[in-house]
Amino acid sequence: MSGTFVGMPAFPKAAHEAVGNTTLRANLRHATHTIRDKRAKAVAELDDWALLREAGKQIKDHTLRHLDTYLVQLEETVTAAGGTVHWATDADEANRIVTHLVKETGECEVVKVKSMATQEIGLNEALEEAGIAAYETDLAELIVQLGHDRPSHILVPAIHRNRGEIRDIFTKEMGEWGRPAPEGLTDTPAELAEAARLHLREKFLRAKVGISGANFMVAETGTLVVVESEGNGRMCLTLPETLISVVGIEKIVPTWRDLEIFLQTLPRSSTAERMNPYTSMWTGTTDTDGPRAFHLVLIDNGRTDTLADEVGRQALRCIRCSACLNVCPVYERAGGHAYGSVYPGPIGAILSPQLRGTTSEIDASLPYASSLCGACYEVCPVAIDIPEVLVHLREKVADQGGPGHRLERAAIKAAGWILDHPGALAAGERVASRTRKLHPKKLPGPGAGQWTNSRDLPQMPAEPFRDWWKKNRT
Amino acid sequence: MSSPTPPSSRERILARVREALTDAPETPEPTRDYLPTHTIDDAATVLDLLHENLADYRAFVHRVADDELPSFIGTLLAENGVRTVAVPPGLSARWLAASEVEQLLDEGAPGGAVLTPYDLDAIDAVVTSCALAIAETGTIVLDGGPGQGRRALTLVPDLHICVVRTRDQVVASVPQSLPRLDPGRPLTWISGPSATSDIELDRVEGVHGPRTLHVVLLCP
Repeated sequence: MSGTFVGMPAFPKAAHEAVGNTTLRANLRHATHTIRDKRAKAVAELDDWALLREAGKQIKDHTLRHLDTYLVQLEETVTAAGGTVHWATDADEANRIVTHLVKETGECEVVKVKSMATQEIGLNEALEEAGIAAYETDLAELIVQLGHDRPSHILVPAIHRNRGEIRDIFTKEMGEWGRPAPEGLTDTPAELAEAARLHLREKFLRAKVGISGANFMVAETGTLVVVESEGNGRMCLTLPETLISVVGIEKIVPTWRDLEIFLQTLPRSSTAERMNPYTSMWTGTTDTDGPRAFHLVLIDNGRTDTLADEVGRQALRCIRCSACLNVCPVYERAGGHAYGSVYPGPIGAILSPQLRGTTSEIDASLPYASSLCGACYEVCPVAIDIPEVLVHLREKVADQGGPGHRLERAAIKAAGWILDHPGALAAGERVASRTRKLHPKKLPGPGAGQWTNSRDLPQMPAEPFRDWWKKNRT
Repeated sequence: MSSPTPPSSRERILARVREALTDAPETPEPTRDYLPTHTIDDAATVLDLLHENLADYRAFVHRVADDELPSFIGTLLAENGVRTVAVPPGLSARWLAASEVEQLLDEGAPGGAVLTPYDLDAIDAVVTSCALAIAETGTIVLDGGPGQGRRALTLVPDLHICVVRTRDQVVASVPQSLPRLDPGRPLTWISGPSATSDIELDRVEGVHGPRTLHVVLLCP
């Protein structure tokens, strides 16, 4: 992955700062609780939800198992339909390809549909360096871009902003980029949406190049699918003369029919709707409708590394619905920025360290950014066992070593010896019980002391359980 | 002596995929035990459900008899203060026969009339047919067929009137819809007017696409 978030502190530090921000906590709590209840209701409408979930999981697993075959098939079908396919091993290569394609058109600005893949590779920054202005057109992305901010949620990147903050950003910044916000803009969501409509309309109408991602690519037909709400996606996919779609290699489904599953599970999981307002499907180019040139840039950027890990590869099933973020107690309190990646929340905690490796402090800390409560797994529409992958990645990080992990390994080793020596264990337990009046409520020392600043130590029983059992039950 | 050409990125990615999967177990054929529909197979029930779900996402839904369609559209356009309407190729002339509006034809094809994005932006409304409608999700699907036009036509004007032939264009579910659609055509699935959940995850109607969507259920 690119260096978009270079220099991020490890999760615990970033999260510590975030939980101290009461506005952020309130914004996140409000938003995640609202969507949580709605999602549960939308899912409950389908009494075959569990079967749809299982089928989605199996189709994604099957696709990943034969990814080479389906990639080649997709290349054939897209090409046959008039598109051009490009392959990029990493972020730099993808950025070079896209920059070159835009330059070939002679244009110096592009309109963009919200896309995780282009954020992941830092495309906007690369285009800016090449003198090309990239305008984000999704409302939340616009809020983030105008606010010189970073995204904090997969679906709603500006979830950390409330309506008052959004009003202030629009009023202050829109004029710098184009049409200013209307006079006397209030913070009602309808007025804010109207301001975005007016601001972006001129950009859509003059746009010659559009850049998108895709939710699905159908290998059998060469069809790309973009699922959205606002119509900004349709604008970018339809009005420009050139369309460039940057998509991760794992976004394939084998057949047209497979969409019948994901078009039921994705909208209900992400925005809690029976169906999102707009879904666009296109296959290559069409003579009389839409862009005359279509380029598909397939990116690896760490995905084949992830695919090689037999436990971790299930993360590639992700359809980016963000349901796991909305139910996560850690995300709700820490917010998306603490994860130091464009992929925050539980899915980010397993995806980022796999795509980027665990050498940086932030990536090594991400597998620990969870209480392993399992709510994420419950709601995942493709049944990614996020806790399983988290534990697996913790093992990997622990194997790398580091001060904390050396201490932990020493402690586990000592515990192992004691549990293997019942006599020593019994003696220790009895000593602990007899001296229990002398035990402090807090642990001494810097590390342990901090742990008990907000917790009490458990009370020691009057006698060890095994002694009590012997006396009373045998 | 020429040096061997380094492998292309395509070859490198495909090789890495194959290497990653060396020991991966074979996956079974996906099971499709889920339901083909969640609705009983009864035309009136399916139509009621479509009506209800379209309205739930803030589309205005009308049931109109075929012989009343021209006057109904005329009244609807007048009530909304519409002066100009974009007309896709193949739209039945009868549908707009009772409308007192300026009609701007977009043939889309080279040599024919093509409305620019700026033209479309200045047009008040668009009237179209559709390819099909899905009851369970409250969705209409356009495929650019007769009476539907290019995708831009139903995107830029702020008001969209879409006529659904209930006799043969309504299906109950998403699984029933896909076999009837041609992936080779550009498809637009529309479920209510443009909306966003981007402000505090609360749904607000009306951003970039048409802010008003009227769906006319044409009853025989």
